[in-house]
Amino acid sequence: MDETRALTLKRLLMIAGLLAVGGVAPLLFPAYQLQLTELLLFMVFALCWDLVGGQMGYNSFGNVLFVGLGMYAAAIVQVGLFYDVGLYNEARGGGTDFVFSESQFMTGLALGIPAAAIVAALAAWLLGSLVLTMRGHYFAICTLGLGIAAGQIAAGIPWLGAGSGMLTPNPPESLGHVSLLLYYLALGLAVLCTLTFAWLLSTRLGLTLNAIRDDEDKAEAMGIKTHAAKVTAWVVAAGFLGAAGALYGNMVRFIDPIQTAFAGATIGVWMILMALLGGKGTLLGPIVGAIVFQVTKELFWTYLLGWQRVALGLLIILVAVFFPSGIVGFVRERKRAEGKP
Amino acid sequence: MSGKEIRTAAGVSNVSPLRGLLAGIFCVVLIGSAEVALCADNTFIILGAAVSLTGKYALNGANTKNGYDLAVRQINDRGGVKIGGTSYKFEISYYDDESTPARGTELVERLIQQDGVKFILGPYSSGLTKAILPIIERHKVPMVEANGAARELFTKGYRYIFAVLSTSDQYLIPAIDLAAEQADKLGKTPSEIRIAMVMENDPFAQDVRAGVLADARRHSMNCVIDDQLPPELNDMSVTLTKVKALKPDVLVVSGHEKGALTAVNQIEALRVDVPVIALTHCDSAQLAKRLPKASQHVLCAHQWHRSLKHKGDLFGSAEAFAQVFEKTYGYEAPYQAAQSAAAVYVFADAFTRAQSLDPEKVRDAISATDLPTFYGPIKFDETGKNIAKPMILTQIIDGEYVVVSPKKWATAKPVIPRPKH
Amino acid sequence: MVSNLLILHEAPVLGLQLAIDGLLIGAVFALAAYGMALVWGVANIINVAQGEFVMLGGLVAVYAAEQGAPVLLAVPLAALCLYVLGWILYYTIIVHLVGRDMFNSVLATFGIAIVLQQLMAHVFGGADRIAANGLGSWFLFDGLVAIGKMKVLVFAACIVLGVTLSVFLLRSRQGQAIRAVAQKPEAASVLGIDTKRVYGLTYAVNAAICGAAGALAATAYTIHPYGGLSYTIRSFMIVVVAGLGNLGGVIWAALSLGVAESFAGFIFGAQYQIAFVFTLLVAVLVFRNWRLKRQRRYLA
Repeated sequence: MDETRALTLKRLLMIAGLLAVGGVAPLLFPAYQLQLTELLLFMVFALCWDLVGGQMGYNSFGNVLFVGLGMYAAAIVQVGLFYDVGLYNEARGGGTDFVFSESQFMTGLALGIPAAAIVAALAAWLLGSLVLTMRGHYFAICTLGLGIAAGQIAAGIPWLGAGSGMLTPNPPESLGHVSLLLYYLALGLAVLCTLTFAWLLSTRLGLTLNAIRDDEDKAEAMGIKTHAAKVTAWVVAAGFLGAAGALYGNMVRFIDPIQTAFAGATIGVWMILMALLGGKGTLLGPIVGAIVFQVTKELFWTYLLGWQRVALGLLIILVAVFFPSGIVGFVRERKRAEGKP
Repeated sequence: MSGKEIRTAAGVSNVSPLRGLLAGIFCVVLIGSAEVALCADNTFIILGAAVSLTGKYALNGANTKNGYDLAVRQINDRGGVKIGGTSYKFEISYYDDESTPARGTELVERLIQQDGVKFILGPYSSGLTKAILPIIERHKVPMVEANGAARELFTKGYRYIFAVLSTSDQYLIPAIDLAAEQADKLGKTPSEIRIAMVMENDPFAQDVRAGVLADARRHSMNCVIDDQLPPELNDMSVTLTKVKALKPDVLVVSGHEKGALTAVNQIEALRVDVPVIALTHCDSAQLAKRLPKASQHVLCAHQWHRSLKHKGDLFGSAEAFAQVFEKTYGYEAPYQAAQSAAAVYVFADAFTRAQSLDPEKVRDAISATDLPTFYGPIKFDETGKNIAKPMILTQIIDGEYVVVSPKKWATAKPVIPRPKH
Repeated sequence: MVSNLLILHEAPVLGLQLAIDGLLIGAVFALAAYGMALVWGVANIINVAQGEFVMLGGLVAVYAAEQGAPVLLAVPLAALCLYVLGWILYYTIIVHLVGRDMFNSVLATFGIAIVLQQLMAHVFGGADRIAANGLGSWFLFDGLVAIGKMKVLVFAACIVLGVTLSVFLLRSRQGQAIRAVAQKPEAASVLGIDTKRVYGLTYAVNAAICGAAGALAATAYTIHPYGGLSYTIRSFMIVVVAGLGNLGGVIWAALSLGVAESFAGFIFGAQYQIAFVFTLLVAVLVFRNWRLKRQRRYLA
């Protein structure tokens, strides 16, 4: 086993420490809860992209398809268990007509999130046989097309609220600040995702995925069941993306089909950016990339108002030019250069 | 010195000090960015606003911001707001919501939770206002908004939203009513009139559409075209071809400034002849100025116009406001700017009446607003919408907006049908 | 949908109008896609800032038109400005990316794109703009079909540009150098071709093409500093669907896509216009891949 993946004591301690920080952060910084939740969800997005893109070499430009599917699926379950979804969206939902009690809201969440993951995973499985037989940029464009088409189609379905979007259920007053709950759910998801992927990558599947990335034809010629491996990775990533989408939808509350759910221009691109920033093909890369991206973005948006995109763009350019293998990649290269004679 | 060399898979690269410097700068920025508390000077009232400074609503975000800023300046120049003997000046804390709902939600949460802001000014567009509504309601923070017109904002029983503008369903109803009124000029009875609708697929335009449909039903008119444009689409030629084929009597278009510009431009290019054409967002698109020939005799929906005889304490008359705005910012004030200024005025008036900084008391004071302003009379019903100010319909004649409806404010009779060019 | 088909059946000349409008839609995308295919094929760089180049070209043209310049002058002006910008961007940023992983260029050009967006908004303002042209239209079939003279010019300009570029690539020394580098950079370099300059030329030419496309588009469609994304995505998709390296196919694919989009918008309604385009693209890819799969090959 590659020593970079072994669960040494040092790593276990680091993980425990991070978990402690993660658990306590929202309580120490209550004002940043939403941003921290978003950061955790972004980590999941980046990790999922990297599993299929960095580890497997299938660069998808349309992962946002699963985020959106999960978002809508969860919202439909959360609302649909208690009210007619069509009527809810026609009346533009929420407010005093469509009230959710504590138990209703919690049940909705508890069922909605897994439903989101399942729907997304199912969609991935169905699409997998069509799409995963393409390679390289054909795969990228096909997924891109799927993502955009999904957003446009969702914007045309009145049952889902069409262009006016859909509101996720309003948490009842008695539940207080749901943002804390969402944070811990996001933290749980991020941890689960990281651990799952770490485990996956340490098994044979991980080697298979890397083999596919390095030379798929040779791998197939060697008798490796590449299609099954591809579909597995694709489905697992989709499931996590769907669950993250469900949480994102509840965080943002208003699901706009093109700008929030199937947001190719924002989340869709950012998840790739974060993975690239941090370092493709590493487990730590997407996590670091997500943190760097999110933190810098927030800082720039607050303190450089009016020039924030210029600043972020320049930063991205600098990273791309000077740190081509991402931040983690750069650090690893230095370590390797220094460590070995 | 060129620094150490590293062997990488791609070959030998130089770890120049530049890389280290960049990393160092980055760390400093990160560490040095400790939370900066907003000016905790207690003679300031901080109003929070997440507006669209970038993205597709950048133009109207700027109009909104300019309106807010102008009103704040006017109020502060007059000594601010007096509460219990102390004079408080206004200050607005801005964030950029990038024209996306997710961002707007985050930023309003940040304004309330992190920056401790207790009073919010609304964003631009119904979609963005809709997104932040649950948050201000949950935190019980009163919001006076000036640019979210969709009715759905007021049907939820929320108590903390107050809108100075008329709701979106009313935008084009005056045009439909006008068509019904002038039906004989079109050679038809009102119920024979056929309407074509081209609306953007977003909360605002969909509500405008709902208003048109309801009014059409009232007159027993028929809607022969009902196209909803995807927001990314900037080409109406396909729909306009359909319009040429079906020859409706009324064409209504709503798609923010992009829709207004595209419609007028392509109607001219394709020579689409419809007797009555009505649009929204004409003045913010500067239609009359940029395309005077193509926009001739087009009807426009306005929330406000400088020629109206509204008067108030803060800026005086509508014309006076228009002049101050033009002098300060160098362009003619679209109604988005006027209503934004009015929103700040509402806050000032409410603070004065409430004589308190407590959000609940201020909220109740806002709810009891009965204020004549340069923008029009402002009085909120129990859902928070302004029921005292009607929408205006103008017609572009020789590059000028001429008010044609409501009749009591009309300065000329509308030219219907639109003469063929 | 049926009623729309009936309209076409009753007045088939409308089909002509839809086709003409579709060709215009397609022509602008064809140029943007052609440029992207060029840079991708030669330098293996995906230029995510493609749409922003188009928008910038459009804004320059709008600005020129507002100052009173004739529209026909605005197009070469925009192309020139973008050509210069292309060289500047190349020597400051892109030159470092050549030879690296393709995704590196995605990242960097995305950075360029967002920088350009905000700079454009600062310089030109955030409003939607359009370059009004007073050229009018020809009207056929009793006014039912309107052929904008500007549209004809735009379409002709696209064809001319496409042909010029093809001839340039085939015949001129620099064009041959570009093709040589595209085929085998090492061999080209050994033969004395300055590959760096060739890449730079390609990138700058791409920028110029986009600038021209933007200037042409500005006469019919609105331009907005943040409106470039749809051009980027569309050209990306067209290039891939046409097949990388198939420059002629790119133009043909873009034009036919434009026409298909026009008809789809009429028959299915405007709300499905864009959904149709992307679903069609996905379907084409899936179909072609399926055909290849039967031969145990794949799209690559």
